Amino acid sequence: MRTRPAARAGQYTALLAYLVFLAFPFVWLASTAFKPATELAGLHPTWIPQDPTLANFRQAFDEQPLLRAALNSLLTASASALVAVAVATPTAYVMARRRGALARAATGWVVVSQAFPFVLLIIPLFLVLKNLRLIDSLPGLVLVYVVWSLPFALWMLTGYVRAVPAELEEAAAVDGAGRLRTLVSVTVPLLAPGIAATALFAFVTAWNEFFFALVLLKTPEHQTLPVLLTRFIGAEGVADLGPLAAAAFLATLPSLLVFALIQRRITGSLLAGAVKG
Amino acid sequence: MTRMTRNSRTTRARFLAGVLALTLLLAGCSSEPTRDGGRVTLRFQSLAWQQESVEATKELVDEWNALHPEIQVEYVQGSWDSVHDQLLTSFEGGEAPDIVHDASDDLADFAYGGHLADLTDLLPERLTSDIPALSWESVTFGDGVYGVPFLQEPRVLIADAVRLKESGVRIPTPEHPWSWAEFRQVAKELSGDGRYGVAWPLKEPVSATLNLSLSAGGRLFHRGDDGKVTVRFEDGDEVVPRTISEQVSADHSASPTTLGSGGSDTLPGLFAGKYAMVPLGFSYRQQIVQQAPKGFRWQVLPAPAGAGGLAQGVSPQTLSVAEDCPHKEEAVAFLDFLLQPRNMVRLALGDWMLPTGRQALADPALRTPEHGWATGTALAAHLRPAPAQSVRGYPEWKDKVATPALQEYYSGAIGLGELRKRLEKDGNLVLARYQR
Repeated sequence: MRTRPAARAGQYTALLAYLVFLAFPFVWLASTAFKPATELAGLHPTWIPQDPTLANFRQAFDEQPLLRAALNSLLTASASALVAVAVATPTAYVMARRRGALARAATGWVVVSQAFPFVLLIIPLFLVLKNLRLIDSLPGLVLVYVVWSLPFALWMLTGYVRAVPAELEEAAAVDGAGRLRTLVSVTVPLLAPGIAATALFAFVTAWNEFFFALVLLKTPEHQTLPVLLTRFIGAEGVADLGPLAAAAFLATLPSLLVFALIQRRITGSLLAGAVKG
Repeated sequence: MTRMTRNSRTTRARFLAGVLALTLLLAGCSSEPTRDGGRVTLRFQSLAWQQESVEATKELVDEWNALHPEIQVEYVQGSWDSVHDQLLTSFEGGEAPDIVHDASDDLADFAYGGHLADLTDLLPERLTSDIPALSWESVTFGDGVYGVPFLQEPRVLIADAVRLKESGVRIPTPEHPWSWAEFRQVAKELSGDGRYGVAWPLKEPVSATLNLSLSAGGRLFHRGDDGKVTVRFEDGDEVVPRTISEQVSADHSASPTTLGSGGSDTLPGLFAGKYAMVPLGFSYRQQIVQQAPKGFRWQVLPAPAGAGGLAQGVSPQTLSVAEDCPHKEEAVAFLDFLLQPRNMVRLALGDWMLPTGRQALADPALRTPEHGWATGTALAAHLRPAPAQSVRGYPEWKDKVATPALQEYYSGAIGLGELRKRLEKDGNLVLARYQR
């Protein structure tokens, strides 16, 4: 079916507007990161720095241990993503394939658990982790992030599992494959885009998370990047804008990089076979 | 399925398992706690955030540690942005730092909640006599003293010196400040041709209005004989909001667009000559020094005075000791060291604020006219505890009643009568719930 030129132009205009809307904060952040202090205080802000400088990056690195915090964030986010996927994949499989009361109850729990605001949980969670001697430790934070991202990860993966035809598993069973072998050799490869998307979700959730990290980590050497960024903000919200923008700009790059790497796999896998009837 | 494919999948599975194990191992390794070898170790959470103040604080901690090998202080960096939530959770979980940096207007909940130590019998006489009684009032809740107020900042007028001089207006000093009426007139004279005499950054309208209203004799909160507090919006309370409102709506000498802005947002307009004066906290001078274009000349003027003289409310920065700290005497000894007059001066210079201690205030480094230090120190004697900080229910009154009412009043949506009605009638309903 051919789309009329006017409709096509409208579609592209809407798409462009949406892209601009999405890109604006990041582009502005990048622009701010490279502007000197005097230019940041200009009455007529410009998109492109007139006198670009790396001074904000130097100051950010001089004032705060950004690399150490970035490493902490990377470890925490990677471990959270891996554990969340490792736990969610078999669980989602059971929830999707088994139709019993337990599976329905688990699905209900997933939905209900999304409704709890984290401020309600933080003090009890703090006490639980304290008893487990996991306060001020990155494994403790990983545990929290896994639990925190698990309901949505399960929700996502259950949908992906349902999209895999059960007939394929039945065919594997006919060929003599056991349940575990079927899951590992047939279902999981077909779930690759879903697993990648879930891992990405868990990674980005953990990478950006601020409040749990703020409350649970005390030792400066353990702090993650979002917590460190707030050190560029003073009383009454006064911010050291240049270094803050520089640090925030660097903090967004890993998320973008991970997404760029995984995104091709997600879309590629989703599209593979889409036109094979 | 071929052997090769099977091998490849097995290899991939092993690789993933290896990565998972390695990541967890690394995460575990990096969380190994540090040990202090049996000495007393105090954790000090500082909120210093500007480079100079962080350096000054760290240097002082290092000096203490070198002098006191048996009482080591561990510096922990906190953040103003989230200090209340972070402290609340830490206190509830019994994992709070031993020494806590905060502001006096944030202490009430922690003091009444039993999370902070009463320092009344622990503080050395040197410190209690050096810091004025009015500053101690800001950290006194009930019968206890729950912190040491050590840095504070008045609200001042940062002015474009060239425009002021060219206009020929009288330049105010702490000895001869402008009255509120004179300030209004000056702002009018400095306006015109698309430029404004003043820009009020009123993102937080309540604290700015209440604190400045002390100069006009306002107090808003009245404590009865039964100890209960009620709101009464009287003549003295009207002066500041009415002046601002008339500058915006009638005189057009104040920019209407900055009423929702923070202080930093008004600086570009000041530098570009759009505004001649901006009322800001004293510490904003650091940003001005950093950001002002070359050749921009600025000066610090005292805020206008009224029936209450130059009085204004402040919420000093404080240092407190956690109730759970097992070494309170050692913690207070560290505070005594940190707040020695010469050290207080270093902290004040680092934060571009005023020290509360009399001896520190007398230091020549804080009496220089450069960057307006002398004007600020001359105002120190007029600073009072912010009127609302000991009022139970103030945060709710501020968020639900006062902030929207003042925002609507300043934008011209409601008049003075409606503002009074909301602050008093709606406000007293809120406060009553906290005082049953």
